[in-house]
Amino acid sequence: MLLITCPHCGPRAQLEFVYERTVDSVVQPHTDPTEAMERLFTRANPRGLDDEIWRHTFGCRAWLVMTRHRTTHAIAAIRAAGPEALP
Amino acid sequence: MNGPQRGGVAGTIRFSFDGKPLLARPGDTLAAALLANRIGLVARSFKYHRPRGIMAAGVEEPNALVTVGTSGRSEPNTRATDVFVYDGMVARSQNRWPNLSFDVGSVLGLAAKALPAGFYYKTFFGSAKRWMFYEWFIRRAAGLGDAPTAADPDRFSQRAVFCDVLVVGAGPAGLAAALAAAEAGERVILVEQDSVLAPSLVRDPQDLDPAWAEATAARIGELGGRILLRTTAAGYWDDNLITLSQRLAEPGEPPAGGIAQRLWHVRAKRVVLATGALERPLAFAHNDRPGVMLSQAVRTYVRRFGVVPGQRVIIATNNDDAYLTAAALRDAGAEVVAVLETRPAPAGASSGFTVHNDTMPLTTNGARHHLREVSARVDGKIVRWQADLLAMSGGFTPVVHLHMQAGGAALDWDDASQSFLPGAARQNVVSVGAAASVAPVGPTPPPENPAKAFIDFQNDVSLGDVDLAWAEGYRSVEHLKRYTTLGMATDQGKTSNMAALGRLAEKQGVAIPEAGLTTFRPPYTPVTMGLLAGRIERDAGAHLRRLALFDVHQARQPIWQPLGYWQRPRAYPQGAETLAEAALREGRSVRTAVGMTDVSTLAKFEVSGPDAVQLLELVCATTVGKLAVGRGRYTFMLREDGLVFDDGTVWRLAEDRYLLTSSTGGADRMAVHLSYVRQFLCPQFRVSVVNVQEHYAGIAVAGPTAKAVLAGLIGEEVPRHMSAVRASIAGIPVLVLAASYSGERAFEVYAEASLAEPVWNACEAEVTAQGGCLYGMEAMEFLRIEKGHLVVGGEIDGRLTPHDLALDKMLNKAGGYIGAAGLTRPALTAPGRRQLVGLEAIAGTIPEGAMLVTAPGQPADGHVTAAALRVLESGSIALGQLVDGFARHGEELIATSPTRSQSAAVRVVAPHFYDTAGERYRD
Repeated sequence: MLLITCPHCGPRAQLEFVYERTVDSVVQPHTDPTEAMERLFTRANPRGLDDEIWRHTFGCRAWLVMTRHRTTHAIAAIRAAGPEALP
Repeated sequence: MNGPQRGGVAGTIRFSFDGKPLLARPGDTLAAALLANRIGLVARSFKYHRPRGIMAAGVEEPNALVTVGTSGRSEPNTRATDVFVYDGMVARSQNRWPNLSFDVGSVLGLAAKALPAGFYYKTFFGSAKRWMFYEWFIRRAAGLGDAPTAADPDRFSQRAVFCDVLVVGAGPAGLAAALAAAEAGERVILVEQDSVLAPSLVRDPQDLDPAWAEATAARIGELGGRILLRTTAAGYWDDNLITLSQRLAEPGEPPAGGIAQRLWHVRAKRVVLATGALERPLAFAHNDRPGVMLSQAVRTYVRRFGVVPGQRVIIATNNDDAYLTAAALRDAGAEVVAVLETRPAPAGASSGFTVHNDTMPLTTNGARHHLREVSARVDGKIVRWQADLLAMSGGFTPVVHLHMQAGGAALDWDDASQSFLPGAARQNVVSVGAAASVAPVGPTPPPENPAKAFIDFQNDVSLGDVDLAWAEGYRSVEHLKRYTTLGMATDQGKTSNMAALGRLAEKQGVAIPEAGLTTFRPPYTPVTMGLLAGRIERDAGAHLRRLALFDVHQARQPIWQPLGYWQRPRAYPQGAETLAEAALREGRSVRTAVGMTDVSTLAKFEVSGPDAVQLLELVCATTVGKLAVGRGRYTFMLREDGLVFDDGTVWRLAEDRYLLTSSTGGADRMAVHLSYVRQFLCPQFRVSVVNVQEHYAGIAVAGPTAKAVLAGLIGEEVPRHMSAVRASIAGIPVLVLAASYSGERAFEVYAEASLAEPVWNACEAEVTAQGGCLYGMEAMEFLRIEKGHLVVGGEIDGRLTPHDLALDKMLNKAGGYIGAAGLTRPALTAPGRRQLVGLEAIAGTIPEGAMLVTAPGQPADGHVTAAALRVLESGSIALGQLVDGFARHGEELIATSPTRSQSAAVRVVAPHFYDTAGERYRD
């Protein structure tokens, strides 16, 4: 079980978090259909670092983006997402 | 009753093995007590039912698996070496019939060729009939203990802790590491799977006085460290999380405090693995006979338990350690007949024992219960010795399991000790003591008869099986493992893997490290299911959500029905009514007069702010922007792939304030979806989304006289269909939404949950006055099926498009909603898709969940999503999904449920059976 450092709450056990999807599978509203389907169905599956969206569901409920190594599980970076992260 | 070899304290603890009453001494493991009682035959092997005794003294024991305890406390496959005898213990042997000594299954051992390596694969690849034939026999012959059928009466607890240093193993190395850390002011946890500290010092007091261990432990305790005995570090997970399984009671023992075991989750800054090393057996013919034991195990029984397992002993070794065993046996009065030493002279020359160099055992002879004879080739001639104990040592394997579970990048091969040592680790972990380095060994010559030279004793895999797998083309160690089942038993190959790797490397003509390693997986030793379940075994951890009006319903004694995490009233039977009778009475009341039901569980979200409508037009596939204040409409939501995943209603309560409802079962999913859209996709929106599902209790009032009921309650003009008003009932503010699921004129009344009871009571009084009654989920199903309304999880199953559900006319023409892009996929408009249809029975009753076929034996063309009885008329109707169903109205099909042996002839019709024009909504 990973130890995930929530940008708002600090280090917490993985069981407080829920994985949503990888960042490159995010389909922004009004995306061109072809690109949207590529993002959903034919995205990359890298053996290495990947940006993932998680949610601190059983904590502050905020969304975050985690850069995680998909074979070693090592977390390279975590940043807040959502309105908190707006400039 | 203790064996004559044992001096000193007499046995005082009563236990039984296979029904025979026996005595043990305090501190005995079951294995020690059995050996003290001269019981050599303890188990039958997994596949060939070969007689097996006790080989080891620790958790690595592959042979002596027993069932301990009775009824719900019985624990199968417990290692006799890893359970401490308590008064009243009941232990039984396994995998034998009719008894351990005379076992019918052992005839398989005589014909071992009938079950060679890869037997299962070969049988699977044969005809199915062949497998069906063998399966019956295999299921009965092969196997371990039986799982208990009664519920476990004990409790299992869990605990989470943090520490600076977790030390695994309280041997000399572990104690020293724990003391050093404690003295440095660190929070220390030291765990030991045995019941005593430093059991290796009890075995080998010449290394260090065992009193040192006690003093060290006391000092660690004074410094605030925590020491847990009978606690195994079972798994090593990410970020230095280690799970410990702690036995508060022995297997099968009624726990003093009610708690049998505790699962610890330890998050440590640093982990020290002082897990020691395991002795390896030697491979020679019939090395699995009772009386053939590991050398250090023999020494443990002699020194720690005062049990001398044999009087005439042969030692077989490739290293120096076994000479300590020889000395311990001699000191205990046993006769060491000969030492068979694989190393050339002068190894062992100064030991004072009769040493034969360059040799190892050829084979053993004996009876089922005991060893009688050992033979070896000495100077080219076969020599036989009478012996009742053979103590063997094939070197030592450091326990690197946890290191590898921790993501150990590599193991370093050490040629001198012929073992893998822990290399670099990804986590903050270090191995010390025998886990990090073991003594050198000499050569291990291959046996002359590999077929009976067992390496994996628990799964009955011999070196001959490895050779067979090689001959049949299995080259990779992973394939070898799966084909032969080597290392896949409950001991996970603790004593076998190195021998197999050595043989494979020899075949490949490479060094052992190049032959590769299989994966080390948790748990290190088996853990019970109860431990993992903890206190959630009864409800699987799912919490129960109670309706705000639970007590009100309970007083009316409804039939409850689970719905997601909720329990909702299914029907309110009167007298001796059955569920169907009650539901039909309730449904008829709604159709002819009025009924009321609790709809509090519906998902509800308040969406407000200047950008509320933009957010809703993203989430909902229907138009929202044109909704006037005080009006509502039906809506549905798509996933990004264009398929419908939920539906509900959206209401404009004020200029920039909306209420969105959706399905009960999908409530949590919808909450996450809305959060994702609002927080992640559209962080710039000026909008607030609040989940008010449990904030409001909801009451639906439906029926031809519902309007009169509402008028009486709110004392003002009732809203027209799909309109909303704020009012008050019984002095409580309520929101009244005129919406219908039943097909009748209906209203949903929402009040703050904690204030809902007087509202309910007022409604019920008025409904009763109008000749109506309460109705439950079952009647609601009948009503909505007849009306052709959809349910999430039934018709809306995440596989249909709006078009498949005949909802496409309601799609927002402007697009822009989530799923609009997905809907453009050509496959979603291609022929052959399942589409929503109605079904009416021509004969019989349509079975719930039936599949739709054109003729018996044909593949399914669709399925019944919900079946019901007509409420006012007689007849069985259903909604279903059917391939190209829109074009098949009028066609006759068979709805068949093979699992229930039910079927009915049905006709495909439009999915509306009642008031297709919607006239009953109008005033």
